[in-house]
Amino acid sequence: MTQTRSMLLNVGPSHPAMHGVIRLIMELDGEKIKDVDVEIGYLHRAFEKMCETVMYAQCFPYTDRLNYVSPLINNVGFAMAVEKLLGIDIPERAKYIRVIMSEISRVSDHLTCVGASAMELGAMSVFLYMIKAREFLWELVEEITGARLTISYVRIGGVKADLTEGFTDKAFKTIAEVRKVLIEADELLTRNRIFFDRMKDIGKISAQDAVAYGITGPFLRSTGVAYDVRKASPYLIYDKLDFEVPVGTQGDNLDRYFVRMAEMEQSLRIIEQCFQQIPEGPVAAELTGDVVPAAEMVDRAKMGRTEGLKEEEVNLDPTLQGSTKKYHEAVYADRKDVVLPAKENTYGNIEGLMNHFKLVMYGHGIRPPAGEVYFPVEGGNGELGFYIVSDGRDYPWRVRVHPPCFPIMAALPKCLIGDMMADLVPTFGSVNMIAGELDR
Amino acid sequence: MTPLARVQERFSTQIIETHSFRGDETAVIRPEALRPVAQFLKEAPELDFNFLMDLSAVDYLFFAGGRIQKPARFEVVYHFFSLKFNHRLRLKVPVDEKAPEVDSLCALWASANWYEREVWDMFGIKFKGHPNLKRILMYEEFQGHALRKDYPFNKRQPLIGPQY
Amino acid sequence: MSALNSPTGFITSSFKHALGWARKFSIFQYPFVTACCGMEYMATNCAHYDQDRFGAGFPRFSPRQSDVLFVVGTISQKMAPVLKTVYDQMCEPKWVVAFGVCTCTGGFYDNYATVMGIDTIIPVDIYIPGCPPRPENVLDGLIKLQEKIQRGEQSRTLYDPHTKTGRPVELQGGYTIEGHIKHIEAKS
Repeated sequence: MTQTRSMLLNVGPSHPAMHGVIRLIMELDGEKIKDVDVEIGYLHRAFEKMCETVMYAQCFPYTDRLNYVSPLINNVGFAMAVEKLLGIDIPERAKYIRVIMSEISRVSDHLTCVGASAMELGAMSVFLYMIKAREFLWELVEEITGARLTISYVRIGGVKADLTEGFTDKAFKTIAEVRKVLIEADELLTRNRIFFDRMKDIGKISAQDAVAYGITGPFLRSTGVAYDVRKASPYLIYDKLDFEVPVGTQGDNLDRYFVRMAEMEQSLRIIEQCFQQIPEGPVAAELTGDVVPAAEMVDRAKMGRTEGLKEEEVNLDPTLQGSTKKYHEAVYADRKDVVLPAKENTYGNIEGLMNHFKLVMYGHGIRPPAGEVYFPVEGGNGELGFYIVSDGRDYPWRVRVHPPCFPIMAALPKCLIGDMMADLVPTFGSVNMIAGELDR
Repeated sequence: MTPLARVQERFSTQIIETHSFRGDETAVIRPEALRPVAQFLKEAPELDFNFLMDLSAVDYLFFAGGRIQKPARFEVVYHFFSLKFNHRLRLKVPVDEKAPEVDSLCALWASANWYEREVWDMFGIKFKGHPNLKRILMYEEFQGHALRKDYPFNKRQPLIGPQY
Repeated sequence: MSALNSPTGFITSSFKHALGWARKFSIFQYPFVTACCGMEYMATNCAHYDQDRFGAGFPRFSPRQSDVLFVVGTISQKMAPVLKTVYDQMCEPKWVVAFGVCTCTGGFYDNYATVMGIDTIIPVDIYIPGCPPRPENVLDGLIKLQEKIQRGEQSRTLYDPHTKTGRPVELQGGYTIEGHIKHIEAKS
């Protein structure tokens, strides 16, 4: 008499195929997966608790580290939620800049996901090419924001700085490079027997299940449901842009790969359109008044010789972050209670200085009215929502982030049960789990 | 007719309060009415809320320094979304501090399972009828519930290493 | 090590020196990747920055086959026992690199969930602060690690949060301008 028993296998939390920390306890019948228990929380960093201890503007560094592959989208999401709470609108140019930066982030997010999951199936060169393309995109991001990865570029009521001179040309060159990489990767993967066979009909989920689990983003679109926040409730200027929402039919790994590849192309199209439509900014604007050193201006003001002082521009010390007055109006909302004044005003006159300190001092700061808002944006993995409760003070009472990875991980057993043990790797690679936003 | 107006019409006695701050329609309902209201939201053809987008809770201990009074210490917050009509609704349920318990919505939306576990982990609110209510983000040895306002943000409970 | 220039064709070296030289160019690393720093770790490993030039290009995903543990990203209290287990499984000689400020001191995640510096749990040889550190910064840290391996040194002490001993002075009290000036003066 033969007796069979199922075997328990533990994968993770530190495992090479688990890019991200998660633990799967699988019950195997031979090589078939019978049951999966998903354990998360290994990267719980108390995002929500930390946001309650800092002022609104100080939350941005924490939001960067939620989905660390596309940090700009998190920045935008949080800023938009606070702006909704405050009820303010931002200048047109800042909206375009936000869209450009979010789409660059989305492309780098998808590049990382597709590259890493290809690497796990043995296509190491695709990974190297895609990281190369991501590096080009990060150089663009670095030029604008000053950082590669954790950026904190978006401000409440605008963005930190305007686009640099000649950025458009550089961006178009980079887009061409990225397109080349995408074509190359497509040639290497799509008709590759190994890749195709291991992705096709693996990790399947039906549209009903995906909706029941609350899944959004490329994962949901691969099942055939065309839900995209950018189309369903357009924010910023997405309603003025022409782009498609690619959908799959099967809901398997291969469809998720196709959806991501198509989405990257759409994102590149969006960036190109933004550069064509973006209203002319004052990037090339000339300083109008006489340029004097800041110290001289302060001395004159102390002695009461304030005549004509308003017309003069301050020549700033390089350590004081340079001059921001010329683009300040173009990328910041006209709200003194929310937006920091231009650096020239902070250092050059008392009104600007007081305005600055009113916004950064404890007990003052940005004070939204008491209330609660939920604002969704389309993140790299799906709907990224921020739910903020304010009690009228300068600290958020509660910041809740709806992480797009969370429902996907809850549905992971649905994808895995019935497949082979080795299918875990492509399935897990294609869902693009980001532990930072999963565990927060 | 907006979803909020429809819910108000159907469950007028069960609703404590409604508001639509910045366009977010919100209904605060009695805890015992949660199950029927949720069922109605999901199954009424003119509402068709097939997504339970988000589920979380808020702790209102000393809210606004005690200036604003809330009916109960906790509120469980549900965000619904309808794919068909592209509308949203927020539902809030006040939960008392002494017996923090509400009905589970696992049977209606599969996504409620993990969200409810997270709320239990972070706030210590129990969900009646949940199949597997255990901690999800923190470890089993963790004492207390981290997102409650009376839990100090830097009170550590290390599994290994020095206590500090 | 210039056998070509020596008149006899032989080179002389101490055994310890030769061993250190051999070890420092064949680093088998175990990337214990948890969080954001992993993205920069990927970037460092790939074509643009190419860690392979330093003989550290090939990650081993078994602690028993590796000799440098790269701890990349925040370590939460839930993760800490796992990290300790992985460290204990590695064979001697072994080194640990703390990659990113979360692993060095805990960074700005000073809260209930995060370990304030992995040196409270396992001894750390090289600290690479930064959130996340740039690839250039990582390569600098890697060269410093190679120097340490060449000298045959290993850290064995843990950081004690009560007496504040066992961690480089620069990482103890956070960043101050006075401390930074002092540090630069001491260097020059």
